Amino acid sequence: MIRLGVPSKGRLMEQTFEWFAERGVTLSRSGSDREYAGRVDGVDGVSLVLLSAGEIPRELAAGRIEMGVTGTDLVHEKLAGWKSDLVELAPMGFGHADLIIAVPDCWRDCTDLDDFAAVARDFRAEHGFRLRIATKYHRLVRAFLARHEVADYQLVDSQGATEGTVANLTAEAIADITSSGATLQANNLRILQTDPILRSQATLFANRAAQGPQMSAFLTQLGLTA
Amino acid sequence: MIGKREKQIVGQRLLAAFRDAGAAEIAPDILLPAESLLDLYGEDIRARAYVTADPIRGEMMLRPDFTVPVVQAHMESGAEPARYCYLGEIFRKQDMGDTRPANPRDNEYLQAGFELFSRDPDADAELFALFHGLVSPYGATAHMGDMGLLLDAVAGLPLTQDRADALSHHIWRPGRFDRLMKRFSSPTPKRQFHDTDSAWAGMRSQDEMTRRIARLQADAAVAPLPAVWTERLTRLFALRAPAPQALPALHELADDMPAIAPAVARIATRMQAIADRGIDLDGIIFDASHGRTTLEYYDGFTFSFVADREGWPAIASGGRYDALTRVLGKGREIPAVGGIIRPGLIAELEASA
Repeated sequence: MIRLGVPSKGRLMEQTFEWFAERGVTLSRSGSDREYAGRVDGVDGVSLVLLSAGEIPRELAAGRIEMGVTGTDLVHEKLAGWKSDLVELAPMGFGHADLIIAVPDCWRDCTDLDDFAAVARDFRAEHGFRLRIATKYHRLVRAFLARHEVADYQLVDSQGATEGTVANLTAEAIADITSSGATLQANNLRILQTDPILRSQATLFANRAAQGPQMSAFLTQLGLTA
Repeated sequence: MIGKREKQIVGQRLLAAFRDAGAAEIAPDILLPAESLLDLYGEDIRARAYVTADPIRGEMMLRPDFTVPVVQAHMESGAEPARYCYLGEIFRKQDMGDTRPANPRDNEYLQAGFELFSRDPDADAELFALFHGLVSPYGATAHMGDMGLLLDAVAGLPLTQDRADALSHHIWRPGRFDRLMKRFSSPTPKRQFHDTDSAWAGMRSQDEMTRRIARLQADAAVAPLPAVWTERLTRLFALRAPAPQALPALHELADDMPAIAPAVARIATRMQAIADRGIDLDGIIFDASHGRTTLEYYDGFTFSFVADREGWPAIASGGRYDALTRVLGKGREIPAVGGIIRPGLIAELEASA
């Protein structure tokens, strides 16, 4: 049996259902909208598990589901050493979002990462503490800034409403996922001109240890070759 | 696989040697307040140290390093000069990136260390000779450098104070340093600062931005650094040779860069003091850039002992950290130099000998 983990609500769930439907596999919720049980038609030996998108990486790595749909951002952030446990089967073409760094738009002197490094240094000298970046993507942001040799900053944890932290004086900059940038603009924030930390999209993953004839057959049916 | 007991025995032997060298044993807490460590090391340490929360004491850290608590203890109450030694566990997370390594490194391991707070200029040689005596029998190669040499070289460039400060601040970040050198060595294109209707937001003040813009505009009028200085600096940073050959090369560089002459004289004196303690300088590699890849708090002499083992960290390492005592000393400061040995690696070398 292949247990397939799919985000349990919203656009991500609908688009995942559509993606599978286009490949002849019908996923649906059984019973009411409030019930997190699902059914699979069009293929044998696959069961549907509806989960919060944020839990899918962990469940995949633990082997409690064999396949799962989630954003690359969540896998890369939450699973250190993810390539040892998971296989990336197919990018699915929706749920696009970039992990970016944004600064107050009023900072006219800060457009790229070099500016940002210089501003961080000045800020630390002026205020006696490191410039704060609010984010929930600690590992990805830290690795990115280490690679680009930015110092003099600190990360502060923000699990939601991250765009508001600058106005609330709990951070000087943010690192977050954005698709259109509209929320950033509304909060007077501007994206730094640099490659995004990560370009994320909804992706079909499998547990590495769960690969076998049964999964190969399913992937062939989906038009994917593992 | 070598057990903790065996490693502990090696550690005790090193500790005894440190005590024989005049050090008082000190036993810092394992659970340390996170704040001063975080402020000192920045995010790098948060990625590598185990941080936990105490309901009363706040954010705490499993000891990632001995130097900071030892310096804090000395600055609180120590007399001068002082020699301290210690033996205990260090805790470090290993974030493996995207792929798990086949042989992950230990998350807890022993360090035996010696810290020397003294105004005696001979302190570097005393510490190095002590470590050399304990570690070189295992076939480890000694490397040494001097961050003061590099910092003096940067300070001596014909640059504005702003530019020199930016360079020395980033001396531990080679990519950023090289980009700054390139920028300072070519004419600065006039920069446009975009207009915005956005309201002011955040703790950075409008005044801070205005001052930075003024600095950038003034900087645009500064003449580029002549290429010969980049060439000299590159030559200095690339100097890596057995100590007896490095010295004449340093003197030659000092002819072109007078600012490094005092540092070169210090290095020559230090090498002589090391040789006077019966150590063969031919076996020591002087690497001008040695300190650039180590901890950021070393600001003078640096050294490490490296075994010929693929993927191993240094068996022993250390250096001078005068500025750290100033940062942690709350107004007091004292020259300090110290280092650590990893008993676990010594135990492995002994077992495979």
